Amino acid sequence: MNTPLNRHGNILDFAISSLLRRRSKNFSLLVVYTLIVFVIASLIFFVQAMKREAGLLLKEAPDLVVQRMIAGRHDLIPDRYKEQIGAIRGVTAVTPRLWGYYYDQVFGANYTLLVPEQKLVEPGSILIGPGVARNQRIQVSDMLTLKTSSNAPLLLTVQGIYPSSSELISSDLIVLSAEDFQAMFNLPAGYATDLAVTVANPQEQTTIAAKIAEQFPDTRPILKSEILRTYDALFEWRGGMMVVILFVAVLSFIIFAWDKATGLSAEERKEIGILKSIGWETSDVLLLKFWEGIVISLTAFLVGVVLAYGHVFLFSATLFEPALKGWSVMYPHFKLTPVIDVYQLTILFALTVLPYTAASIIPAWLAATVPPDAAMRS
Amino acid sequence: MVMALHSRLSQRAHAPELLERANLVKTLQLTDLCLFTEARYTRNPAMADCFAPFQDHPTALEHFPSGSFVTPPTMRVHEHSP
Repeated sequence: MNTPLNRHGNILDFAISSLLRRRSKNFSLLVVYTLIVFVIASLIFFVQAMKREAGLLLKEAPDLVVQRMIAGRHDLIPDRYKEQIGAIRGVTAVTPRLWGYYYDQVFGANYTLLVPEQKLVEPGSILIGPGVARNQRIQVSDMLTLKTSSNAPLLLTVQGIYPSSSELISSDLIVLSAEDFQAMFNLPAGYATDLAVTVANPQEQTTIAAKIAEQFPDTRPILKSEILRTYDALFEWRGGMMVVILFVAVLSFIIFAWDKATGLSAEERKEIGILKSIGWETSDVLLLKFWEGIVISLTAFLVGVVLAYGHVFLFSATLFEPALKGWSVMYPHFKLTPVIDVYQLTILFALTVLPYTAASIIPAWLAATVPPDAAMRS
Repeated sequence: MVMALHSRLSQRAHAPELLERANLVKTLQLTDLCLFTEARYTRNPAMADCFAPFQDHPTALEHFPSGSFVTPPTMRVHEHSP
């Protein structure tokens, strides 16, 4: 029975056999196409997963962080600010945070030294992130030597290592006691790095931040919503390298589609001429080219997306690592929780499959309108 | 379909680890993810100044590779530098 479905099925069969006849050319086309989809899809998966992770984790960040500013730079904040901020109506707690950076000259790595609010370690003991353990090649009960601000060695025993599943937040952390922190940096008495403020009603955070900024003009309150927004914008497609990668990938695709759209090979033109001479209609030829375009572009899209999924979620986006690592010695080895953004994938589909398919039909239409004998002679 | 299924199952399987990480953020009062450790403003972008990459000295140029990924903090409500 000659139903429209059968007609499409037969033309699809012919399209596949026609593609297989030009195997090497179409295979190389498929590889390039898949690679472009792979790069863009990897980027989409990576960014979405990272945004989701940041959003879920940083919901637990302090409601407000108050930094003191001197000469446009973040400075130590006096403890007396704590009492005054604590007296503002709606503020539940104000905790001085002690944290700083330490550059290890031997390994060339930067660590973050942090004193927890609750006492997690005794003086002389530390908890370290998995990145520090890897970098220093140390385990639990081993000793770590840091150089204090007076150039004296400070010996610390590793009490524990944070699990590798927490690497995205704890990789470079060294959690130590307030006494050891003081010994390390010799901070003036009665000062903290900044203040973490807890607000009873989340709706009042902005009002309280405004009150703090008014009462203490030398401070900068940072709201939790601002922290979350920073991470939401961190991997914005407009940001730096992201736009470069996207631009290169899209440009490659345009060149590639343009090449396809600007003409058919002599062999393909001859094939169209033969098909027309044996009774194929122009619409049949266009349908054939449409199916050829769909087979190539859909295969490239599906394979590219699946490879990108594996790359980002099973192999921790290894290809992006050198770029993300930059000059830092430590790079967290984290596994992202898979997230599929249907909206973004639909856009990718619309931007890759549809233009290519359209680009493959136009030259075929031009060739199919030429008389068969002229097409065969060209 | 397989990807969607894998994604759903992984999200469920990773839920306890996610909770553990969220608890760590709460306990240690963390404000940033540990993504780029090469510079202060890329290690803690949420705590950095808007002009952070150029703060080291006048006419300082941004020279850390990860600086090209990290956008400056979004405009804060109470941003000022006395």
